[in-house]
Amino acid sequence: MPRSRLTSPTPEITPNVLDETTPAPAQPAKRVTFARAAPPDPAEADALTRAQAGDHHAFAHLYSLHKRRIYSLCLRMVGNIAEAEDLTQEAFLQLHRKISTFRGDSAFSTWLHRLAVNVVLMQLRKKGLSLTSLDEAMEPTPEEGPGRSFGAADLNLSGAIDRLALERAVADLPAGYRLIFILHDVEGYEHNEIASMLECSIGNSKSQLHKARLRLRDALRAESTKEARP
Amino acid sequence: MSDDAGKTSCAEFQAQLPELIGSGADAKADPHIQSCELCRALLADLETIAEAARQLFPVVEPPEELWEHIESAIKSEEEETGSDDSK
Repeated sequence: MPRSRLTSPTPEITPNVLDETTPAPAQPAKRVTFARAAPPDPAEADALTRAQAGDHHAFAHLYSLHKRRIYSLCLRMVGNIAEAEDLTQEAFLQLHRKISTFRGDSAFSTWLHRLAVNVVLMQLRKKGLSLTSLDEAMEPTPEEGPGRSFGAADLNLSGAIDRLALERAVADLPAGYRLIFILHDVEGYEHNEIASMLECSIGNSKSQLHKARLRLRDALRAESTKEARP
Repeated sequence: MSDDAGKTSCAEFQAQLPELIGSGADAKADPHIQSCELCRALLADLETIAEAARQLFPVVEPPEELWEHIESAIKSEEEETGSDDSK
């Protein structure tokens, strides 16, 4: 199960319902607060029941509760705004198709999160991120092999990571590395869950995560070296 | 710092690191870490990156028009389902 960060965001105003179709002006994605651990909305269970019975207004309310977390997840996983929008749309369409199958065995937010992850994974597979490519990414290159030199200890990063630099470095990771890094280190999935989702071995998941972190370390060190130059 | 003998042991240690870290074992307790400054720095960096990842990526608001696209797609699907049902 994902770690406890995966809770519902703060409730918001219900978005336009189905009979209100006035187009809103296009707006770039905007950053809001770190709202991962907000308490669950007490109205969610009621909205869920009504949405399962086909109430569009209730479904719109569920969208308003979960849109930021699902959109943010998609954006992290693909690193592209347009794709993240398409994937968010697909995730909520799938939710609409499948909401009647939700039985409450897990928290709704967890179930929806997993559904969205699967939507993204399916899309990435369509684009060619296959198990083969994951396995190929596992093969050590000369500069990534075990004998690699990691440089002088006085260049270590401890306690000095610039968050924006790290976000940029994550965005620059190859898709396979980024995927596992996001799923494990950011979203909190365990290796056995990732292996199941990606249909790869647990060892692959661990190894690929390790290589992703190594690449991030290199990128961050390169960045700090660049900044240190006069 | 590693000497010649230590280089082999660095390679071995680093080859084991994905499993060591991934299994949740205390990699800092490994005897190699106690004696190798390079691997200690490497491990510290990887832990720092993993820790920093938990603070990454603030939640982002999707564009407002996204809901309109979704509800429009839902309508289309329902109309298709309705027309299929009426056949």
